[in-house]
Amino acid sequence: MLSRDTRDPAARPRLLLSLLAIALLWPGMRLSELDLSVLLASDNRGEMGRFVATFWPPAHGAEFLELLWQATLQTLAIATAGMALALLLAIPASLLASRALSLSAASRAGRPSQWGQLLRWPVRGVLIFLRSVPEIVWALLFVRAVGLGPTAGVLAIAITYSGMLGKVYAEIFESVDQRPAHALLQAGSGRLAAFSYGILPNVAAELLSYTVYRWECAIRASVVMGFVGAGGLGQQIDLSMRMFAGGEVASLLLTFLVLVLFADQLSRLLRWRLA
Amino acid sequence: MKRLVNLLLVLCIGTAVLTSFRYLGIDLGELGASGNLKQMAAYVQRFLSPDLSTGHLQAIARGALETLAMSALGTLLATVFGLLLALPAAGRFGWPLQGLSRLILNALRAIPELVWAVLMVLAAGLGPNAGTLALALHTTGVLGRLFAEALENTPPEPADAIRLQGGNAVFAFCYGTLPNLFPQLLAYILYRWENNIRMASVLGFVGAGGLGQMLYLNLSLFQEAKASTVILAMLVLVFAVDTLSSWSRQRWEKA
Repeated sequence: MLSRDTRDPAARPRLLLSLLAIALLWPGMRLSELDLSVLLASDNRGEMGRFVATFWPPAHGAEFLELLWQATLQTLAIATAGMALALLLAIPASLLASRALSLSAASRAGRPSQWGQLLRWPVRGVLIFLRSVPEIVWALLFVRAVGLGPTAGVLAIAITYSGMLGKVYAEIFESVDQRPAHALLQAGSGRLAAFSYGILPNVAAELLSYTVYRWECAIRASVVMGFVGAGGLGQQIDLSMRMFAGGEVASLLLTFLVLVLFADQLSRLLRWRLA
Repeated sequence: MKRLVNLLLVLCIGTAVLTSFRYLGIDLGELGASGNLKQMAAYVQRFLSPDLSTGHLQAIARGALETLAMSALGTLLATVFGLLLALPAAGRFGWPLQGLSRLILNALRAIPELVWAVLMVLAAGLGPNAGTLALALHTTGVLGRLFAEALENTPPEPADAIRLQGGNAVFAFCYGTLPNLFPQLLAYILYRWENNIRMASVLGFVGAGGLGQMLYLNLSLFQEAKASTVILAMLVLVFAVDTLSSWSRQRWEKA
């Protein structure tokens, strides 16, 4: 006669792990002052309820729509201009940081000499620094340095994204077959020529698709950066929220969603087209 | 023909870039003018001597712990709610609930963390609580969708076997579906936690606690020396998370 075995062999380790997690998270609860009941307190709920109720209908006055259109254009322009500046920095930096164009590597079976490695580190370090500080921190700093407005956003995107693009480009250059470039270098061609004819044809599609993807990210980032005063849709959302203008917030958020969807589709189209 | 289209595309991109600069009225020449550059250099110089006094370092340590706690609890809350929403979103309770829960998940996911943070600061007051809730809301959307996809892709046979043996639906889920799913869920959760640590350190800009709030405060009071220490702390945090995650990924992928 078979009977159900009620013993669970994994029960004890599971219990111990749960206890450990709780012990670790308990001080965390204190630190983060987590309190879900705040949301349910009646006065807060009434306040939020009134604010959310004003979300419908979304604001659609002619004047506001004009403002919305301008903010959307500004967001797009910030992302595009920021990407252009980022490319200006990222392309030379990636060429400097990549091992793919090392002369010593061409004659040493793909391993660059110690000195070559050492000299590449400063460039890599700068790229790491540029992309490790979050873009919104750069935006905040630039707002103080060059004033409120889209310029701060453009510069912040340019700096962060040059770090990201530079690193990824350098890695893409190293990821393809190195033999064509090495052959060219050994035959006496210059480094730029070796790059253009030995590496670029193999990596062009990947470079383009990554750049377009980053442009899409830049649009999202430029919206977020508006919250510290760097122009575009984000700044408008921040302003409308501070004025408790629910309808305006609703139309701004809807516009943001449409913009992200549009950028997503456009980037897919471009990648399909250029690949 | 293809060449022509590509040429046109390149032209379009070129015009888009030029119009962007024109539209924003950015004059790079003016930005690079010597007076402006001198001013910027003076501004940068004030960041070069970070404030390393014990009191400030203690405050930063507290801020970093707060950031970590916010991200951990936000991710944990998101895991719970994400799993609750993922079950209907994977079509376990019929299509009306599936449509509804997918709509909720998409809405949660589409609104960026920072917007949620502003809303939560309005709803729950200044402080890390608002940041935790904001992270939880956005991450619920992300994790819920990922969980739902994972649920749809797990093989149903183990759960079916338990059902056929007479186990109820809860047992079938806990012992038939969850063990297969668990490694994937854990990978998603850790990945989002990593993202959330980075996000938690900047949510403070809108008053939602953590290192960001310190940085915002210090910059507003023109205490650049203190601000630069906070930025350094953020860098250290990001590096630590990056190193830890790449190390653990290499380790577990080999195993």
